[in-house]
Amino acid sequence: MHNTPPFLRILAVLLLVTLLAPVPTAAQDHEPTDDEVNAIAKQLYCPMCENIPLDVCPTQTCRQWRETIREKLAAGWSEEQIKQYFVEQYGASVLATPPAKGINLLFYILPPAAFLVGAFILLRTLRSWRQATIQAEPVVPVQPEDPYIARLEEELRRRDW
Amino acid sequence: MTQEIPAEADSSQLPRRWGIFLVWFLVLGILGVLGFSLMRAHQGPVGIGDEVPDFILTTFDDEQIAIGDLRGQVVVINFWASWCTPCEHEAAVFEQAYQMYKDRGVVFLGVDYADTEREARAYLERYSITYPNGPDLGTRISQAFRTRGVPETYIVGPDGRLADVRIGPYATLNEIINAVEGVLGY
Repeated sequence: MHNTPPFLRILAVLLLVTLLAPVPTAAQDHEPTDDEVNAIAKQLYCPMCENIPLDVCPTQTCRQWRETIREKLAAGWSEEQIKQYFVEQYGASVLATPPAKGINLLFYILPPAAFLVGAFILLRTLRSWRQATIQAEPVVPVQPEDPYIARLEEELRRRDW
Repeated sequence: MTQEIPAEADSSQLPRRWGIFLVWFLVLGILGVLGFSLMRAHQGPVGIGDEVPDFILTTFDDEQIAIGDLRGQVVVINFWASWCTPCEHEAAVFEQAYQMYKDRGVVFLGVDYADTEREARAYLERYSITYPNGPDLGTRISQAFRTRGVPETYIVGPDGRLADVRIGPYATLNEIINAVEGVLGY
């Protein structure tokens, strides 16, 4: 180390200082755009404005909530962190998509379960109809050698003439 | 004369019976959940004489106040929000009422419903409100009281039961005084 040229030492110190210096995050560098705010806002509903997503809700409360999203984004929070913050503050009912736990699990289980049960019932019904049709078809014995039929056909041929 | 059912036919019916049982179980379960939800939705707010729900309010000053610890005192619980115009009309009179009653064993609590912290703090400063106020985290307190909106005020008697309720704002200080005196003399 004693033989290291001075400029290399300075370079090493500079490199160390650069590496140890606090790195500002990208989120802190720019003001979040309306699109970025709305991308999260559309996944949320305020408790007062039922059925109106936060991104298009015109009330003062919703404006304040959007501003909160903007501030959190500017502070470098992720989408999940912001949604979690809103859940902690205002309850899980603010989420457009309910979390898959507790009684909310029904929303995730019931539709596919109902579809499967429906498909099963439909399949069984179709199968039973098909079987019923096969059983109902009259079995016509083919008797080409029947003298009566042969005579009848002969009579019909004569009448055609 | 008895006719014996072949064991083979009986066992083939078993999955079918279980299927029917399962479908009925699911249908009745869903109806039960829906019925319970509807019942809760139409239950209305906590009624006078009912025991008030247990809750802990974490104030904006990080103080924790449990309603259970206030047994023996009259507690005035006011639900409000900074975006609520009628709440502004009663904010100043609530502070006046608090100043009147704070030495008489009446506790005032403000529960800030679905609000943003900055606006809520600005509101408290604007109306010089000094009694404990805190956010309704997760809207748990308003759900427990089954409130319909803001402002709503619940006055709890020393026995922990609801003694008076006001849906909407108090117009004057006298209205609050009458309500509190009514509970104090109860």
